[in-house]
Amino acid sequence: MEIKKTSLNNLHKDNQAKFVEFAGYEMPIQYSNGIIEEHKFTRLHSGIFDVSHMGQLFIYGDESLTEELEKIFPLDLKNLKQNSSKYSFLMNEDAGIYDDLIITKIEDGYLIILNAACKEKDFEILFNLLGTKFKMNLDNNRSLIAIQGPKSVEILNSIINGVDKLHFMSGNWFDSGNQKLFVTRSGYTGEDGFEVSISNDKAEKFVQNLIEKGAQLIGLGARDTLRLEAGLCLYGHELNLNKTPIEANLKWAISKSRLSNGGFIGSEKIMNQIHDGANQIRVGIKPEGRLIAREKTKIFNVTELQIGEITSGTFGPSVNGPIAMGYVDKEFSKVDTKILLEVRGKKYPANICALPFYKKNYVKGVN
Amino acid sequence: MSEVKFSREHEWITLEGDVATIGITKHATEMLGDIVFAELPEKGSNVEKDGTAGVVESTKAASDVYTPISGEVVDTNQTIVDDPSKINEDPEGSAWFFKLKMKDQSEMDSLMNKEEYEKFAKESAS
Repeated sequence: MEIKKTSLNNLHKDNQAKFVEFAGYEMPIQYSNGIIEEHKFTRLHSGIFDVSHMGQLFIYGDESLTEELEKIFPLDLKNLKQNSSKYSFLMNEDAGIYDDLIITKIEDGYLIILNAACKEKDFEILFNLLGTKFKMNLDNNRSLIAIQGPKSVEILNSIINGVDKLHFMSGNWFDSGNQKLFVTRSGYTGEDGFEVSISNDKAEKFVQNLIEKGAQLIGLGARDTLRLEAGLCLYGHELNLNKTPIEANLKWAISKSRLSNGGFIGSEKIMNQIHDGANQIRVGIKPEGRLIAREKTKIFNVTELQIGEITSGTFGPSVNGPIAMGYVDKEFSKVDTKILLEVRGKKYPANICALPFYKKNYVKGVN
Repeated sequence: MSEVKFSREHEWITLEGDVATIGITKHATEMLGDIVFAELPEKGSNVEKDGTAGVVESTKAASDVYTPISGEVVDTNQTIVDDPSKINEDPEGSAWFFKLKMKDQSEMDSLMNKEEYEKFAKESAS
């Protein structure tokens, strides 16, 4: 299969991107500055991320669409205000996670942002559940650009006037240069920021404009260190079909009203796990010293019994030290529990720690 | 000091008498990206030609460091363990990895000179 390219591919090349294949797309892992510089620039200034490989699924329908979606997602969509966004997941009957996603209520329907590697399968699953009653469009004609970091609001507002009024986890349509952009105040870096949905033919010029105003292109490498410092899950690592939202410590993302009544796919398993407790749970882990424990590193208790496995591990540039997330048996999940990590055949000390590693900087409310 | 020699695993080596100083090349650091962890062999241990003699990790991945010749480790550079970013800053100078008391001079014969290595690095990168 031929590798896919986003509408910003030439711009990435012009900016000396190093490419990797990610979910069938040729994507920039870093530019000439390198991952650590790009990471720090995002935390201090404003980073631009091409996330056009992600799925933008528009579903349109009448009020019955909300009812149907509530049978799928563990959200109180009836009471969700128009233009508000929620983090959620698509599950199977056993509450195994097909994908994690952001869903926004828009005029006449919903916009769901899906992971690149999952988007086609998600579409199939949702189409099988919803049938032909609703109009579903996995829109390949739109690019998705994330702008993240403390200077992003000022930079983006100078191009799209009014985005500074958006609250965190909300979005709206904006007019800019004869076109309609859908902008949400959200992101996946632990910083204040935005995601802009823009037609493919306008994307490159838009990003060039952001660069002229001082923002810089940031690769997937720094996107990963940023999200890990923020304690956020990455599908295929922390989340997969063998993990439930309760095990992943994502109970907060399930609407309270849905926890008591259920009625969504996977609800039985979730209620059982809430009642009985899950066997394993996702935790933050800090190795002592500078040791980096990567994905699949085995975790042991102090008596050297295996109690879990790392799902993501790297060096956190803002934390200035190694960080990781993984699953451990529940009895070892308490903060400050001493554990051992097996790296290259030797066991090294580490501690369970609170998430996030890096304190969030989201804008909760403007006005 | 002798001419700098290079290995196919992207290490450089210089000789002073029978003591060799070994590090990783600038080209290697450019491929690895930001280095955030370094592990060195123990002083007094013996390492074998083409065997592993350390580890470097970038933000992206871990890579073994090999020794281009056999010998006894007589010194290691603790400054790169304490601050691995020094490896990116000066890989072919102050950020050397370890020093070996050489066992067999003839092991140097199969290594590349600067010109040969540059050609090799260029080809292996493309």
